[in-house]
Amino acid sequence: MKYVDEFRDPIKAKALFNEIHALKDKIKRVDNKPLQLMEFCGGHTHTIFRYGIEQMLPDWIELVHGPGCPVCVLPMGRVDDCVTLAERPDVIFTTFGDAMRVPGSKKSLLQAKADGADIRMVYSPLDALELARKNLDRQVIFFALGFETTMPSTALTVLQAESEGIENFSLFCNHITTVPTIKAILDSPDMQIDGFLAPGHVSMVVGEKPFEFVAETYDKPIVVTGFEPLDILQSIWMVLKQLAENRCEVENQYARIVAATGNPPGLDAISKVFELREFFEWRGLGSIDHSGVKMREHFSGFDAERKFSVPNIKIADPKSCQCGEVLKGVIRPWECKVFGSSCTPEIPMGALMVSTEGACAAYYNFGNLPELLAKRKQKKLNNDTEESAA
Amino acid sequence: MCLGIPGQIIEITDKDNLIAKVDVSGVKRPVNIACIVNDEHPVENCINDWVLVHVGFAMSRIDEEEAKKTLTLLNELGEIQEEIAAMNASQVILEN
Ligand code: SF4
Repeated sequence: MKYVDEFRDPIKAKALFNEIHALKDKIKRVDNKPLQLMEFCGGHTHTIFRYGIEQMLPDWIELVHGPGCPVCVLPMGRVDDCVTLAERPDVIFTTFGDAMRVPGSKKSLLQAKADGADIRMVYSPLDALELARKNLDRQVIFFALGFETTMPSTALTVLQAESEGIENFSLFCNHITTVPTIKAILDSPDMQIDGFLAPGHVSMVVGEKPFEFVAETYDKPIVVTGFEPLDILQSIWMVLKQLAENRCEVENQYARIVAATGNPPGLDAISKVFELREFFEWRGLGSIDHSGVKMREHFSGFDAERKFSVPNIKIADPKSCQCGEVLKGVIRPWECKVFGSSCTPEIPMGALMVSTEGACAAYYNFGNLPELLAKRKQKKLNNDTEESAA
Repeated sequence: MCLGIPGQIIEITDKDNLIAKVDVSGVKRPVNIACIVNDEHPVENCINDWVLVHVGFAMSRIDEEEAKKTLTLLNELGEIQEEIAAMNASQVILEN
């Protein structure tokens, strides 16, 4: 346990590790295989790596890093759409900084900016709206992305624009939804997840209820989890405890922030402005039903998709990129053929390398690189021998 | 983007549009407080509240101890620096 002293309360951390170890024989495992627990949220992934939680867990527990990093699941075609919008001479294109380096099929937003497009990184959609107020002769588009956590902010910004009658402001809406995505993961035949850590700040907005189906329909435990290392450890223990006691429920480890009913004003704004899309395309995961939202007809004047022509072309990821398999937990990030060679945080090929919340960047930044690459080589050798033996 | 950052409300600058000035690790910026205001907690009572700010919106009220703990976490994750840099960069864009 080389990092346990880094926990803010090492005594509690040690106690939790002991409790976790003690549960080993109380949980039934198929064929003695490790249990797979998924942390859905990229924020959790970041904490897990920063504090080395994965290495400290016993080998019968495996953490699968879920697709909950909005930048990481942005398909190339969407980035291309952004570039097309941004290159219009009448447009000021605004975005969170995280999205700048995500590769498109021809260029990223960062490259488009270098080529002369008017692209500005803003901290908040409110700042994009302020730019619109100040540049009435230009069209200001805000690239709206993120899960339910950021939906209230863009919805409220649109409502504000409407009440002020600001006509040169619009959203390019690429918000995605958590619940249909978890459902798709549970329905996917190559995934065998035994329990979930639910994203804390998504839950802060939507509450506990939307996750009940995980326990009720799919018989899997799920625990709403905070972002401190101790929060994560405690939630892992809570999931294991449910498994040991044959229970499946939604439990809330993060009650100090997450109310059972979520955030009513935020939910109200979301339902005023957005409605579900029939489906949304994810990088690596393909199309998932109802996993995105679009703007309601009433707000078409603030909807960049309706106001401008957006190509919306589907572009396949580069062949050597294995983001999809990593996202689904089929392979570990370091097993990807291009990990650490043609795909690095400096020159990312896949989006999981771009954001600090992406699983590949996390392994690259916090893992032992030479060791991982050696492991990959060994694994390849093993596979090759197996293949030639067969 | 998803972790948010704690800040303290120091002034209500636009009551009708629910905009407050919030101090986030020394950077003061306008924040929308629509999501933390309700009948039991009207706008007037928000001054000095610690809140979790996500992309310019106060999404949750927190106590001071939680705020401090979260700031330490964000600092260790290297995310405070990122958020503050993003806020400052945004400010510069608006001033030009
Ligand atoms: S190493 Fe790069 S290409 Fe491979 S899965 Fe990770 S992000 Fe995708």
